[in-house]
Amino acid sequence: MAAPSTPPVGAPPPGDASSRSLKQLVLGRKDVQDLSDTEQELPPDLMTVNMGPSHPAMHGTVRIVLTVDGERIVAADVHPGYLHRCFEKESEYATFTQVFPYTDRLNYVSPMINNCGWAMAVEKLMGLTGHLPRRAEYIRVIVSEISRITDHLTCLGASAMELGAFAVFLFFLKAREWLYELLEKVSGARLTHSYVRIGGVSKDLPPNFHAELTLCLDQIVKVMVEGEGLLNNNKIFRDRMAGIGAMTKEDAIATGCVGPIARAAGVDYDVRKDYPYSVYPEVEFDVPVGTTGDCYDRYLVRIEELKQSIRILRQCLTQIPDGPIMVDDPRVTLPPKAATYNTIESMIRHFKHIVDGIKVPAGEAYAFVEGGNGELGFYVVADGTGRPYKAYVRSPSFVHLSTASKLIHGHLIADVVPIFGMINMIGGECDK
Amino acid sequence: MSAKVLDALKAAHGDAIAFVETQHGDAIAWVKRDQLLAVATWLKTDPAMAFDAPVFATCIDRLDWKPQHVPPGPQVYPASAAWTDDGAHPRFEVVYQLRSSTHKHRLRLKCAVPEHDARSPSLAGLWPAFEWQERETFDMYGIKYDNHPDLRRIYLYEEFVGYPLRKDYPKEKRQPLVRRDDLPMNPIKSPTGGHR
Repeated sequence: MAAPSTPPVGAPPPGDASSRSLKQLVLGRKDVQDLSDTEQELPPDLMTVNMGPSHPAMHGTVRIVLTVDGERIVAADVHPGYLHRCFEKESEYATFTQVFPYTDRLNYVSPMINNCGWAMAVEKLMGLTGHLPRRAEYIRVIVSEISRITDHLTCLGASAMELGAFAVFLFFLKAREWLYELLEKVSGARLTHSYVRIGGVSKDLPPNFHAELTLCLDQIVKVMVEGEGLLNNNKIFRDRMAGIGAMTKEDAIATGCVGPIARAAGVDYDVRKDYPYSVYPEVEFDVPVGTTGDCYDRYLVRIEELKQSIRILRQCLTQIPDGPIMVDDPRVTLPPKAATYNTIESMIRHFKHIVDGIKVPAGEAYAFVEGGNGELGFYVVADGTGRPYKAYVRSPSFVHLSTASKLIHGHLIADVVPIFGMINMIGGECDK
Repeated sequence: MSAKVLDALKAAHGDAIAFVETQHGDAIAWVKRDQLLAVATWLKTDPAMAFDAPVFATCIDRLDWKPQHVPPGPQVYPASAAWTDDGAHPRFEVVYQLRSSTHKHRLRLKCAVPEHDARSPSLAGLWPAFEWQERETFDMYGIKYDNHPDLRRIYLYEEFVGYPLRKDYPKEKRQPLVRRDDLPMNPIKSPTGGHR
């Protein structure tokens, strides 16, 4: 076998032949010196970039189709729904009590508030609003405010991490873990509590709860001093947050924004103050309101709300009365265990209660609470059976996400990260 | 507070309002479908109403509505909706909840939509928040909103057949987008004709 002395006609010249063919075949592009003059210019047309649905800088799974001009976003199409678990369809087949575990999985960072919202909607239909024992109302406020703290700590910690402040993330999640441990002692579960019941709460606070919560709050105050010291006047953090994703007050109202996002834009709306429920009128707290409506204001509003929640919790611990934790109404309350096992009437009542569900009179009601992200409402239609005819959740994350494409318009791709972080889209709540 | 809103609404748009009711303190106004947009515009712009903040938009499917344990007092649906021209009870109710940030009152607008003509005027032009909420309602109930800027499915994929929150959609039905051998179901035909 003799080696060919001359290369075949049309073959690339020897030397860099292998590397060039690799580039053309595998990478599909040429070296710059091989391009013609017209090809060397950057293409003037817009480019479409797909972000998500599983992106490390996204909270939850959401997909954004970005149209970019260079690195500037000129159009964005947000696609939610990757975490859709049919909350509303499943609820129509569950008894009113069985819906509580589903609500845990809506906003899984603050499940207690969802529990309270659902319970309040059903209680409104049954005419129980305002007739709950005061201890039950106080317990609900306490667990709701603990949940609000965990929600804000997660939001702020994760956003700080995405902007490079990893230490703050660890500090805040350490503090969140203390509260999760406390809620585990209260409810028996770390994350999906299912603690609240229609007409009250499932069990009383554990012994020594007051001392443990007080200790927790003292430590959280210290953690927040650390976190604020690292973030508030951090140049990188402020440059990435201030002036980014700003929203006017009028836009915030018209697009249905609520909670910290609307308050950062100057909308003085807090369900706890404007439509007071439970025992919130009996505690003192302030509603922080921002001015610029940008990401930095959203951060500051959440920080201030953390402090106000701690203030509410301290008042609740001193004001909480003794007494029953469930309303004394045979329609919603299970009979005592001793009676269930010893009398046939209570046994039947217990059985009917569990199997048929709580009989809610026909009608419809919308009840709403201040969730971690704003007005969280449940619109329930009952047809008189033990199962809801329709259960709709007004999830603030879904409404806030609908503004995202407008907020990121005109910003750089890198700004998507802080804007999404401060929108605090919780996949479970947004996708239902 | 809710009665005041309903009285003003009836005084200003008496012929467009089919029925008003208050349930558990929530004011509800049934608006005729062809005048929903006019009533909504008035509610937003009138200074005494000033419903500037949208809360939610959804739909109710009354296909198998058989209420039990109806509380005493004014009748709830379907007695309250017997006003439709053809006499039949409409299957769908489009629901809008509004809030006023200045007056702090709330109002629920309802509009009866029959099954054979499942369309309703879009209010997304008045309140931008309803753009996504109406898309969600379209996705789940199949209500087609007239003059909606971008009526697409929002949670589900475009190949999905049917509307899952309708009462006649079986809860156990599965429509996987990719073939799954554990489900006894034909793969979905994509719009381009091929099977996935």
